[in-house]
Amino acid sequence: MPTVLTIAGTEARRIFVSPLAWAVLAVVQAIVGFIFLNLLLDYAGHPADNDQYVGMSDYIGGGLYGFATILLLLIMPLLTMRLFAEERKTGSLTLLLSSPASLIEIVLGKFLGLGVFMLATLALMALMPLTLLAGTNLDLGRIGAGLFGLLLLMSAFGSAGLFVSTLTKEPTIAAVVSFGLLLVVWLFGVLGTRSGIVGDVFTYLSLIGHFENLRRGIFNSADIVYYLLFTMLFLWLAVLRLDSERA
Amino acid sequence: MAAWVTTAPSGVKTTSEDLMENDILIEARALSRRYGATAAVSDLNLTLRKGEILGLLGPNGAGKSTTMKMLAGVLAPTGGSVRINGISLSADARGAKRNLGYLPEQPPVYPELTVDEYLRYCAGLHGVASSARAAAMQRAKQSCGLTDVAGRLIGNLSKGYQQRVGIAQAIIHRPAVVILDEPTVGLDPIQIREIRTLIKELGEEHSVILSSHILPEIQAVCSRVMIINKGHAVYSEPLKEAGTEGFSTVLATFRNAPPVSSLGSFAGVKSFDALGGGQVRFHLADGADPREAIADAAVRGSWGLIELRAEIRTLEEIFVVLTSGERLEPTASTLKEAA
Repeated sequence: MPTVLTIAGTEARRIFVSPLAWAVLAVVQAIVGFIFLNLLLDYAGHPADNDQYVGMSDYIGGGLYGFATILLLLIMPLLTMRLFAEERKTGSLTLLLSSPASLIEIVLGKFLGLGVFMLATLALMALMPLTLLAGTNLDLGRIGAGLFGLLLLMSAFGSAGLFVSTLTKEPTIAAVVSFGLLLVVWLFGVLGTRSGIVGDVFTYLSLIGHFENLRRGIFNSADIVYYLLFTMLFLWLAVLRLDSERA
Repeated sequence: MAAWVTTAPSGVKTTSEDLMENDILIEARALSRRYGATAAVSDLNLTLRKGEILGLLGPNGAGKSTTMKMLAGVLAPTGGSVRINGISLSADARGAKRNLGYLPEQPPVYPELTVDEYLRYCAGLHGVASSARAAAMQRAKQSCGLTDVAGRLIGNLSKGYQQRVGIAQAIIHRPAVVILDEPTVGLDPIQIREIRTLIKELGEEHSVILSSHILPEIQAVCSRVMIINKGHAVYSEPLKEAGTEGFSTVLATFRNAPPVSSLGSFAGVKSFDALGGGQVRFHLADGADPREAIADAAVRGSWGLIELRAEIRTLEEIFVVLTSGERLEPTASTLKEAA
């Protein structure tokens, strides 16, 4: 465990000393800010549309986090692409492989380091709706469920990107492939509209369907388990991939 | 060979074997590695004792880096086993790697970190306790001459300094074995000299394996040399013997050509060749050294002796003989007979 934290700490540091992380955070914040403002003006401009069933937290929080998923789909591959691909390209991966750290520790450390970035993104996304607390009442449980959903979604994106990053030594290829992979799993939802067992299976497998409940404030353990399984599966695949590389 | 070991009386061997077991820091047995159909390394045996600096020599693509990667546990061997400080690399990778410091061909550094940040990370990674980290970093920086650049970003340092950071990384946890893959490549002559001094110092406390294709470098720092060609170890001897293993020819150059009749009369000279231009090569009987007699005769006969030297088989000659394709086969077989 101390090794995992050592790796995670340095990984987080390396993410935040690179301009990429800050550029991504800045762009995300600008876009989210734009959407937030739009939603706010929308809500204020049409008071008649808002009945007792759609509150401020729902309209603005839910709307914002629904849009944020698309943003995350675009930015997570950019952050995960470096994790292993760049290290392999510059040869620094050898440092980890020749150290006493096990492959599981290496993968977990990298993932937790990325987790620090995910938390930073999450904090930025949380702060904007929370500013409304100054003037109105918010359903914090609802906002919290949405944020928790975003975190789960990010770890799913992150683990898939991390796995793809172990496959290549070109960060750009890793970014393109993990974007494609995530989009395909996302689009399973389209196949889910078919009736019968095929539809049910694809509805379950789709990345975004499980977020929908959390965004609406429904905390269903099946959704949580889906994201945790998804994350663990890809982290495990990354370990297997690194192990096969040695042989 | 194996049959001999099993039939040998066990009582006689125990004491010497015990002594040796304690000293052996790296032991590789029948190590081989294939990439598809190509065998990069095959059936390589290597033993390194405490305080030895072993130089791995070989032409490009001979399998030096592959060997070192396998010894460092970065690459799994296709066959054979490696023991680091008595711990099997395949059975207990974590324990074995604790005793290991490795500098690959490319120093594995993060350009966006400072030297201090990077070394602190490496110390943690190699399990140096947090209370001992500062001291370990201080020591590593001192021995690699990095104290002045401790706060600078590694990416802004010159290649030579990056190489030193790479070496500091390999020794920060005081491993029993240090493996350095071409540590002086791309450095200027002064840096090369400094790195060599550093390696010699390392050799006093650690066992060092170092690869290079620069012969003088191996000669300058190593106590033992192993030559690898096409994945096979073709030579493995203590280095001192390579320089002083005796000589069988003496070369002399005279300004005034001496009478042919007098040349064959020296004691221990079996035959001689006149090479033209006043040069004569004497072929000697075993252990003979007629140099003094030749000099005396030259003075007495006013032959104008301007050069007189024993032709010692240098490492370079051994290297060329063992690695050049046409003469490889007979040499390899004679080595096997000798062993």
